[in-house]
Amino acid sequence: MQNDWLFIGIFLILAPVFPGLALLIPRLIAPKKPNPLKSQTYECGIETYGDTWVQFKAQYYIFALAFLIFDVEIVFLYPWAVAFDQLPLFAVMEGVIFILILVVGLLYAWRKGILEWV
Amino acid sequence: MGDPINLIGDWLRNLMTGWGLPENLATFILTVMGVVVMASFLLILDIALVWLERKVVARFQDRIGPNRLGPFGIIQPFADIIKLLIKEDITPQGADRIIYNIAPLFALATVLMMWAVIPFAPTILGADVNVAVLYIVATGAVGTLGVIMAGWASNNKYALLGAFRTVAQMVSYEVPMVIALLIPVLLARSMGLQAIVDAQQPWFILVAPLAAAIFLVTSIAELGRAPFDINEAESEIVAGFHIEYTGMKFGLFYAGELLHALTVSALVSTLFLGGWRGPFVDQVPILGVFYLFVKAFLIYYVIMWIRYSFPRLRIDQMLGFSWKFLTPLALVLLILTAILDKAMEGATPLVYTLVMLGMNILLVWATVQVLRTYARVERRRVAERRPVATATEADFKELIGQE
Repeated sequence: MQNDWLFIGIFLILAPVFPGLALLIPRLIAPKKPNPLKSQTYECGIETYGDTWVQFKAQYYIFALAFLIFDVEIVFLYPWAVAFDQLPLFAVMEGVIFILILVVGLLYAWRKGILEWV
Repeated sequence: MGDPINLIGDWLRNLMTGWGLPENLATFILTVMGVVVMASFLLILDIALVWLERKVVARFQDRIGPNRLGPFGIIQPFADIIKLLIKEDITPQGADRIIYNIAPLFALATVLMMWAVIPFAPTILGADVNVAVLYIVATGAVGTLGVIMAGWASNNKYALLGAFRTVAQMVSYEVPMVIALLIPVLLARSMGLQAIVDAQQPWFILVAPLAAAIFLVTSIAELGRAPFDINEAESEIVAGFHIEYTGMKFGLFYAGELLHALTVSALVSTLFLGGWRGPFVDQVPILGVFYLFVKAFLIYYVIMWIRYSFPRLRIDQMLGFSWKFLTPLALVLLILTAILDKAMEGATPLVYTLVMLGMNILLVWATVQVLRTYARVERRRVAERRPVATATEADFKELIGQE
């Protein structure tokens, strides 16, 4: 078990090294002749206008909120699924009721029109 | 237990301890070597995927594809790589330099990380941890972060739009995906992938075909491949998040996407198609690698087939498909699977599989009925006579500036 986590730890450290090496080679051999015109932001041939990092649609935020609630609650179900053999019928039903609460939440969000893209 | 990889590992360990190295150091060195071998193997496979992808897409589009360099154009990806390596690297004006440069690393590194927990054979796997499923979900989410970073840091409006769309898409499809992942976990009573493969006496695709389908669809959405490729829709936002990337940085995104597709295929085969299971695998463990990759490439082909056959979804259709169709369906499937599983404690595997399969088929039938009703209502709504324009003649005249 400890060795397994050692493997994952080393993998996490070494995984960015491989693409990093691939990025290092062009630094050595690729031409470098930047000029202001070349490094302009692409926008279909016209000059870009105004700031890029603008305020964005609030709808993205609402979807992110809905996701957060669901994902956090679903993570609670993983221990329930792993320990399924030890659970009596009562505990299984409790899990089902928990999922039903999720379903009610989804239906509520649906009725409220949160899931419509406007 | 005669498989060449463990044999070499044991031989090296004996060699190192024979030199007088302490046991811990030998383990560390072997682990580093294992990681390097695995990552190199995957990256070489990735190069092969470039060739495969180009060849197969060409056939789908009634072309021949790369055929000049080497037999069947096999050397083509190497030419591609050389071209990418010697291209000038352009950083757009006003880009957030650090994040802009880190983002491609994220795109490929996270995909590599996922392979740490996938079992290749009964005796060959990187890490047999008991939270592998959670680890996969987590690393997949970090990969999405790379896309968001790329889109945000490029200082380009198309890239930013692509990043926003990616966020909405990932966030929506993560929910049904995690629910679908719960079902093999529930059937195997474990979150370790090796344990899940061990538990697949009949493959889980027979016990939970619907969960496999949901997982495949949501995984394609996570990949950002057609029909869910609105984050890099060529006809709307040119190339989305990687629009400003040139040379090898773009190459890393491309390689990351291809390898991610293969990773997803390997995951589907591990979770639902029995992973390394196949004839004679208990006697000759190395065969497991072969079986795993045969299944993975089969799923990979299906993913490509879907990619080149379906038109792109609009963002409202895409979000609706996840929240109004896949999520409720996955939740109902989870409830039914849990109750039936508990009710059939002690049943023979045959009865168990048949009942589960029957439940899945019934659920699909019910879903199709609901969808047909919805389609009928929708058709009626669309077919109704609707006012084309509500403006009166006076309004119209005002609009065009006549009195």
